[in-house]
Amino acid sequence: MIETRGFVWLRRVVLTVIAIFVAVPLYVIVTTAVKPLEDVRGVFTWWPSTITFEPFLDIWGTVPLLEYFRNSLIVTVLATAGSVVLAVLAAYAVSRFRFRGRRAFSLVVLSTQMFPGILFLLPLFLIFVQIQRTIGLQLNGSYLGLVITYMTFTLPVSIWMLTGYFQAIPHELEEASMIDGTGRMGALLRVLVPVAKPGIIAVAVYCFINSWGEVLFASVLTSNETRTLPIGLQAYASSNVVLWNELMAASIVVSLPVLIGFVAVQRHLVAGLAAGAVK
Amino acid sequence: MTRITDAPAQAAPPPAPTHEKPRPSLLAGNRLAYVLIAPAVIAELLIHIVPMLLGLWVAFTRLTQINIRNWTQAPFVGLDNFRAGLDPNGPIGSQLYTSFFRTTVYVIIVLGACWALGIASAVFLSSKVKGRAFLRTFFLIPWAMPAYVGTIAWAFMFNQRDGMINKILVDDLGLLDERPFWLIGDNSFFVLIIASIWQMWPFAFLMLLAAMQSIPGDVFEAASLDGASLWRQFRSLILPMIRPTNIVLLLVMGLFLFNQFSIPYVLFGRNSPEQARLISPLIYEHSFVNWNFGLGSAVSALLLVVLFVASLFYIHLVMPRKNDDD
Repeated sequence: MIETRGFVWLRRVVLTVIAIFVAVPLYVIVTTAVKPLEDVRGVFTWWPSTITFEPFLDIWGTVPLLEYFRNSLIVTVLATAGSVVLAVLAAYAVSRFRFRGRRAFSLVVLSTQMFPGILFLLPLFLIFVQIQRTIGLQLNGSYLGLVITYMTFTLPVSIWMLTGYFQAIPHELEEASMIDGTGRMGALLRVLVPVAKPGIIAVAVYCFINSWGEVLFASVLTSNETRTLPIGLQAYASSNVVLWNELMAASIVVSLPVLIGFVAVQRHLVAGLAAGAVK
Repeated sequence: MTRITDAPAQAAPPPAPTHEKPRPSLLAGNRLAYVLIAPAVIAELLIHIVPMLLGLWVAFTRLTQINIRNWTQAPFVGLDNFRAGLDPNGPIGSQLYTSFFRTTVYVIIVLGACWALGIASAVFLSSKVKGRAFLRTFFLIPWAMPAYVGTIAWAFMFNQRDGMINKILVDDLGLLDERPFWLIGDNSFFVLIIASIWQMWPFAFLMLLAAMQSIPGDVFEAASLDGASLWRQFRSLILPMIRPTNIVLLLVMGLFLFNQFSIPYVLFGRNSPEQARLISPLIYEHSFVNWNFGLGSAVSALLLVVLFVASLFYIHLVMPRKNDDD
């Protein structure tokens, strides 16, 4: 592209404005997290009076953050693992078999994506109540209820992205493996899964990010013992005073796992979304 | 694209044993396909389909916190909940219409802004500019971090008494004499929009960047040699070529924004201010704040119908021309 002077200037101005818009809240989060409590009690200041890392130590004592962290980690890891396994199996079927109901399956799965979460929340809550009354299996307020819920929420997009990935992989690879006598499942596990690994990792990170930040279902389906981070963080603000410096420090701590994961697989995520969207 | 899997689906009789060398066919084993999709189907049924049908049933009952433990015995009230929800003169109905209108305005503004920011960044960061690798990652951070974290930061900045925005407006610039409230009253809708754009626009950027990357570079070279201006190239080359992405993006993001819950929930708590009450928080309030589950379900069902019709209409609207391209 031949760049005129006007284009270069426009680009400079637009990118600078957008960068500032993106940066301001991030700047506020980071600088507030290293402020002493006196600083956040008064009017906002651009810079801490003294830089302190105490908020990063205090957050663990003020609220049971470690417990919330553990809850979030258990729910997110299990939901991600479940979603990826189910999506790999389903995407393999959709991309490699021509079976009756294949189109209907893809359509129904994708269309569930458009329904608002709030639509399922109440009935799901009722079903969980009933299951507990009938067979005594506690789902409201337990890990299991949240895990299967999150797992299902990320399933449609996971299947969609993985189907795109699998379809791009030539069939000859598996055929060769099947001739060697591995069978279909062997071909899937030993040939397809390793080849599609970048896509599978991208899908896993997508599921992780989604479950890690989910608010709506966590606000109803968790109890004090299973409270996850999105709801747990509100505890820094529950009393008369909001411990803004600790809240921001905790925000950074809970964001790090997903940010690191995201930066690591960003390229594959872009490719995966593109592959799915093209179909 | 021709795929081996595109062969006819008729259940062929099992092939008679022949003396030919057996060759594993990718067509065989339909039963296995059903086994493979079964777990996903069961999960979808359990968490999506069954609750949806149950939600429809609840919409016709009077279900409150009193009979929630015995919800199967909730009294059937026919269309009462729908009547209350749709009555434009009643308190609940008028609330619903206002909230619906507000949500539509919210979606249009946020979607438009996200697309504008996304396409500008995607176009500029597809050209050779210094710091492009850094900016590509940096711009995605608001979307990659948990939505509630960014929203907490905005709530902090828009704090009335000592927040950053009021410090700039009142103390630093002296534009206002009094510190306005941002998180209650009329201004709350504005804050909701800003926080939503900040969190969501990187998704538009991500999709549009992926679309831009699939445009071959020599298209632009040819256009430049022909003397097409940059604006002309954008309008006549880029826009048509990213059209399929735009269609998907607007639909997916539009639906997502229409169902927005977490940003208002973190900004305002369980009760949104009236001026910023979107439809999902409204249903949440009916169901889990006022404990009127029947009404909440009726409003959910109405929302579902509206979304469904709107999506069909949208797909119908954009599809014909898409077929011409093929």
